Amino acid sequence: MPTLHTVNKSPFERTAFGSCLKHLAAGDAVLVLEDGVVGLRKATAFAGDLDAVSGDHKLYALGPDLDARGLKADDLVSGITVVDYDGFVDLVAEHDRTQAWL
Amino acid sequence: MSMDEEIDTEVVKKFLYVNRKAPYGTIYALESLEVVLISAAFDQDVSLAFLDDGVYQLVDGQDTKAIGMKNFSPTYRALGDYEITKLFVEKESLDERGLTEDDLMEIMYEDEDDDWAEKPSIRIVSRDEMAAIMADQDVVLSF
Repeated sequence: MPTLHTVNKSPFERTAFGSCLKHLAAGDAVLVLEDGVVGLRKATAFAGDLDAVSGDHKLYALGPDLDARGLKADDLVSGITVVDYDGFVDLVAEHDRTQAWL
Repeated sequence: MSMDEEIDTEVVKKFLYVNRKAPYGTIYALESLEVVLISAAFDQDVSLAFLDDGVYQLVDGQDTKAIGMKNFSPTYRALGDYEITKLFVEKESLDERGLTEDDLMEIMYEDEDDDWAEKPSIRIVSRDEMAAIMADQDVVLSF
């Protein structure tokens, strides 16, 4: 019964992203959007937290929000799947529930 | 099908309200409580989660006189009357803030299925247990 978790806040400003990663159940996925995408850049202080969960969980980022912040796929920690708005809708439909970490 | 039968067969969904903000600094905690109270009218299976700064919402002895805002903390004690009796509080979030269960309000409810015995609504859970509770819901609403 997997959950799609969405995170829209920077991990450097709020605790939402970090707390989300600590509450993932088996099979859960995380979609990062809006300011949350700044937490996906490699070599940040937060990257280790992402690496710790990326083996067990699918991590997605919303492409338009990466573009808006000048982030390229090469800039990100490994294992991130970039999706567009249609992909966002598909992810919501594929999971049993969506939990938004505000 | 009669009206009664329709009501009897209505699907009950599990709703979890996730509270992660301290009270008074923002409107989130009060808005969450308002929505929870409204939800009580719909006969769903409602649980509340308190984690991160959300645990401050349940701290005993809140006094808001000097900041000119309504102290809404006593309302949590009324939730039992609306059959909202599952208030899950995360142990790690308390620990990180130097709080213990003793710092929280006493919130009781009367268990209809156990001869109206008084029982605590607050249940301290681990972070792992909280993740499992989240995974067990039909709908999660975050504040």
